[in-house]
Amino acid sequence: MKDLLAQFNKAFESKARLNIMSVLMVNDSMSFNAFKELLGLTDGNLATHLRALEESGYVAVQKQFIGRKPNTTYSATDAGRQAFSDHLTALEEFIRNM
Amino acid sequence: MYESREHLQTLTEIRSLMERSSKFLSLSGLSGVSAGIVALIGATVVYMRLRTDVFDLLSYQQLDLYDNADHQEIRSFLVTVAIVVLVMALLSGSYFTIRKAKRQGLSVWNASSKRMIWALAVPLITGGIVCLALLHYNLLWLSFPTTLIFYGLALLNGSKYTVRDVESLAYCEIILGLLSLFWPGYNLLTWAVGFGVLHIAYGLTMYYKYERNTA
Repeated sequence: MKDLLAQFNKAFESKARLNIMSVLMVNDSMSFNAFKELLGLTDGNLATHLRALEESGYVAVQKQFIGRKPNTTYSATDAGRQAFSDHLTALEEFIRNM
Repeated sequence: MYESREHLQTLTEIRSLMERSSKFLSLSGLSGVSAGIVALIGATVVYMRLRTDVFDLLSYQQLDLYDNADHQEIRSFLVTVAIVVLVMALLSGSYFTIRKAKRQGLSVWNASSKRMIWALAVPLITGGIVCLALLHYNLLWLSFPTTLIFYGLALLNGSKYTVRDVESLAYCEIILGLLSLFWPGYNLLTWAVGFGVLHIAYGLTMYYKYERNTA
């Protein structure tokens, strides 16, 4: 059992981070506001989780301006995709072995 | 056991988020019903105006009997009705979908609805131009099946970005359009079935399947 749990990725321990990654797996990119609407998190909470994922190298940030309004979009990096699918595989294994 | 259930729930949540974030799910069944009613009204107006036998309406031979001035007049009449039907169907359809999105607390204009509209628009506009060309060459009867076929293709393309059930409606429209090609005497009838009856049937199915409990 300990072996299986070792496969679980620390970065995805929080449900919010796992949710962010699942959204980015099926969408090329997602804006901060779209995340907020989808996940129902507060600005500060969402920003913290996104920053943590960015620091792990799983999420890339693109900052640009639409007119004068800043628009920040996020996308999953290759490392992030790999980590997410490894994490899912570990979850599946865990459930299958119960 | 408790932990296993928790992980299962996590997987379910991931699946639902993936679907919600990549698809436009606010499409209302009532939008289909209202578009269908508008189309039936349009078909009735055309039928009353041309006042021919419904089974013989707009057949190739029938249209040959009209002279050029008649052709011109019928053509502009059909185009006017078609545009009014299209605008009314879009307006009433958008109304119910916007209403549903508001109730769900979601925005209507987001990445997934933009993707869906783009997927619908390309085949639809192509079909519209093809129809204009057909009308230009006085091939009135051909424009009826053409609208059905291109509309079906547009739905098939758009179904990737919304509820899967749209795909079934798309296949029905395409098959009906193709049948109508080889059945020229029944053009108005197949058109009314495709845009009227099918929309209403699809809309009611959607409404009872997804919305009755939440509305």
